[in-house]
Amino acid sequence: MEYLTFKLDGDEFAVDVLKSREIVDLRSVTKVPQSPEFMLGVINLRGSVVPVVDLRLKFGMAKAESTQATSIVVMDVLVDGETIIVGAVVDSVEEVVELDDSQIEPPPRIGTRLNTEFIKGMGKQGEQFLIILDIDRVFSSDELLMVQDAVEPLSAV
Amino acid sequence: MMMDQYAETFREETLELLSELEVGLLELEQRPDDADAIDRVFRALHTVKGSAGMIGFEAISGFTHEVETVFELVRSGGLAVSGELVNLTLAARDMIKSIMEADFGGAAVDPQAAERITDALRALIPVADTACPAAGEQATAAAAAGDEVTYHIRFRPPANIFQRGIQPLGLLQELARLGRCRIIAETDAVPELDELDPELCYLYWDVILTTEHDEDRIRDVFIFVEDDCELKIVAINDDLLDAAGGELRLGDILIQHGDLTAEDLERVMRAQTRPMLGESLVRAGVVSGSQLDVALEVQAEVKRQQQKRQALDEASSIRVRSEKLDSLVDLVGELVTVQARLSQTAAGQDDPVLSEIAEEVERLTWDMRDHILNIRMLPIGTTFSRFQRLVRDLSRELGKEVQLVTAGAETELDKTVIERLGDPLVHLIRNAIDHGLEAPAVRAQAGKTRQGTIFLSATHSGANVILEVRDDGGGIDREAIRERARSQGLLSGDLESNDSELLNLIFSPGFSTVGEVSSVSGRGVGMDVVKRAIDSLRGSISVDSRAGEGTTFTVKLPLTLAIIDGLLVQVADEKFVLPLSAVEECIELSRADVARANRKNLIRVRGEIVPYLRLRERFGLDGALPEIEQVVVAEALGQRVGFAVDHVIGEHQTVIKALGLMYKDVTGLSGATILGDGSVALILDLPPLVREAELAERLLTDATRSQRHVVSSHS
Repeated sequence: MEYLTFKLDGDEFAVDVLKSREIVDLRSVTKVPQSPEFMLGVINLRGSVVPVVDLRLKFGMAKAESTQATSIVVMDVLVDGETIIVGAVVDSVEEVVELDDSQIEPPPRIGTRLNTEFIKGMGKQGEQFLIILDIDRVFSSDELLMVQDAVEPLSAV
Repeated sequence: MMMDQYAETFREETLELLSELEVGLLELEQRPDDADAIDRVFRALHTVKGSAGMIGFEAISGFTHEVETVFELVRSGGLAVSGELVNLTLAARDMIKSIMEADFGGAAVDPQAAERITDALRALIPVADTACPAAGEQATAAAAAGDEVTYHIRFRPPANIFQRGIQPLGLLQELARLGRCRIIAETDAVPELDELDPELCYLYWDVILTTEHDEDRIRDVFIFVEDDCELKIVAINDDLLDAAGGELRLGDILIQHGDLTAEDLERVMRAQTRPMLGESLVRAGVVSGSQLDVALEVQAEVKRQQQKRQALDEASSIRVRSEKLDSLVDLVGELVTVQARLSQTAAGQDDPVLSEIAEEVERLTWDMRDHILNIRMLPIGTTFSRFQRLVRDLSRELGKEVQLVTAGAETELDKTVIERLGDPLVHLIRNAIDHGLEAPAVRAQAGKTRQGTIFLSATHSGANVILEVRDDGGGIDREAIRERARSQGLLSGDLESNDSELLNLIFSPGFSTVGEVSSVSGRGVGMDVVKRAIDSLRGSISVDSRAGEGTTFTVKLPLTLAIIDGLLVQVADEKFVLPLSAVEECIELSRADVARANRKNLIRVRGEIVPYLRLRERFGLDGALPEIEQVVVAEALGQRVGFAVDHVIGEHQTVIKALGLMYKDVTGLSGATILGDGSVALILDLPPLVREAELAERLLTDATRSQRHVVSSHS
C-alpha cells in the first residue's frame, strides 16, 4: 500500500494515498465563528468551499508560523457514512512511500503524544518511524462536532 | 440492475398518475357529468394498469383493471358518477399506492381490504348494462376536441314567442348539441304571479358554449327567430385573454356582456374593502346575481380551456433526472464565480478589449443562470391538488363543511422549495380546518354560510413568492393567546405587547391555544415547526386575524435557493453577505450618534427607533473601528433590525455553498460564497442572529432583576 507522508512538529506522519486528493499551497482562510481553534475556517478550492483544519492544533501541538513549506493536504474523509472533503494544514509534505503489512506494527499504547485512537499503526522505514493515521477517526463526528454550543452573550446595553 | 431502474421510473410515473387520478376524481365530485374529468380518470387508470402489467407488477395491474372496468362503463354512459363511486375510487387510488409501496419495501397490504373495494365497485355496476346513448355522444364530442372556441350567447326571445308556435327549449337543445354547453335561465324579468301572463315568455337565457363550430353555425340555430329576438354572441378568444394578462377578470367579462359599465366598476372597486369583487358588485346593485353567475361561469370555462391548453404544452416535454439539473446548477454557480473574477480583473486592467469580453461573458452568464434556474421551476399547483384531497377528507372527519379555493396554481417556484413546502402548508391547512373554521351550525348562527372557505393563493412579488392561507372562520382568540403566553412566561404580566406581536406569539415553540388535543392538528406539532420549516427555506411567515372574519397566514419565500441577490458588507477584515431580499436600507452611524444613544444599540430611522446588532461583537472581530459605521436595516422575525458593519460594499450575486457537515452546528450562518477575488465570504442567516440577541438580552434583564431582588431582600 502507498502512503503520503508529511511532517508535524518534527514527527513524520502518513495517510493512505488513496484518501488524499491533492496538495495545495496555504491560502487565505475565512474563519467561521463559533468553532474550535483547530478548525481554521473555509477556503475556496476551485469554486468549492472546503473546510480546513490545523493538524498541529488538532493533535495538541504548539502553533507554528507558516513557512514556504506549509501546505494543505486535501483529503476525502468519511464522517457518519458521508464522504466530505477536508483540508489539513501540515508543516511540510514529504513523499509517497510503499509499505507492506510486515513493515507496519500495531500502535504503542503510550509514547506517541497522540490519542492512540487516531493511529492505525507504526510504519518502519529504515531507522525512521512513521505514524500512520486513521484519518476517518481523526475527523470522526464526535471529534469534529465539538462546535461550541454556547451562545456568546451579546451586550445589548 | 436494469430492472431496478425501470421499477424506479415506473414508481415515479405511477405516483404522478395517481395524483392526476386524484385531481380528476375531485373534479368529478364537483361536476359529475364532466366528460373531460371522466376521460382523465379513465386515462390515468388505464396507463397505471398498462405500465404495471408491462413491468410485471401483477397485483397492481390486476387491481387497477377492476377499477378501470367500472370507469369504462362510466365513460360509455352506462353508469352515472355518484358520490359513492368517487369515494370508492379514491379509496382504490390509495390502495394502488399502498400495493405499490409494498412492492418497494413498504408495509404489506391486507388483500381483503383490496377485495372489499373491488367488491363494492362491482356492486355499482347495473345488472343489465344498457348504455345511455346521449352521454356517450357527449363524451365523444368532447374527446374530438379540435380547435374549440368558447362563446357567450345571450338569447332573449320576444315575449310572444309561444304564440308564434316556437318552442325555446328546442332551440336551446339544438345549441347544446353543438358542443359542451352550460345554460343559465335568467328570471329577473318574471313578474309577480298575479301579473303573470302564462302565454308570454319572460325568461331569457345565458349560454356558455364551447364548440368547434363557428359563430355562423350558432346563428343558424336561431334562424327563424333572429329577426325579432335579442341575440348576442361573443367569442371569448385569446385576444381578450392576452389583453387581460392571461387571466380573465370578472369585471372585464361583465363589461363585455354589457351588464356593467366601466364607471360602475371603477366606483365599486374603489369602495371595495373585501377581495370579492362579485359580491361587492351585487351589493352595490349594479349587477344582478344571475349576471354574476354567468360571468363566473365564463371565467371558470376559460380557466378550464387554459388548463387544457397547458396540458397540451406539458405533453411536449422530456423527463430529466433531477440530479442532472442539480449538477448543472452547481456548474453555473462556478461559472458565475469565475465570471465575477473575470469582471474584477478586467476592471483593474484598463484594456477595452478585455472589458468588452468580460461584459459579454457577464451577460451570457446571467442569461444562462436565469434559464437554468428556470428549468428547476415548477408550478406550485402540483402541491395544491394534494390539498384538495386533504381538505375533503379532513372536513368529513371533523364534521365541517369546507371548500378549498386555490388561485395562482401556475406560480412557479424552485423544485426544492416546493418539495419542502408541502408539510408546512399541510399543517397550516389542517390548522385552518381544525381551529380556524367553525362548525356549520355555529357559522349559520353567526350569519355566515354553513360552508367555510379556505383560500390558498400564490403570487409573484419581485424575487419572492407570496403564499396566502386564508380562512373565513372565527379568527384567533387573542385573550387565549395572552393567557397562554402568560402561563408559559412568554409575556410578563405588566408588559402590553402590540397586536401583531401578540399574534406572532403563536409561532413560539410549544405554543398552542387549544386546550384539548385533537387528532388532527394537536399532535405535538405546533406553529413553531411551520415557522422553522419556512425559515429554513429563507422565507418568513406572518399572521393576521380579525375576530369573526377569519385568519390569514402569509408566507414569503425566495424564488430559488441556489443563487440569491446579496448585499456584501465588510467588518474588520472579513466580508459577509446579507440576503438582499431582507434588506430595507442602509443608514450611517457616526460616533456622535453612538454617544447620543448613551451606549444603547438603538438608531433612529426616520422617526422610528430601530435596535441594531454589532456584527463585530457577534463574530468576535478585532480591528480599528471606522469613523462612520453603516447600519444595514433589515427585516427579520417580523421586525426591523439593524446590523452594524464597517462598510457596505454593494450588491453581489451570491452563489450559495453549504458550509457542510463540519460546521453544521454553527448558527447565524446559512452558507458561504466565493467572491470575485477568490476569497470566501460567509452568508448571514438573520432570524437566528436576532433570536439569539433577544434571548441574550432577556437573560441579561432577568439577571439584573433577580440581582435587584437579592439586594432589596437584604436591606
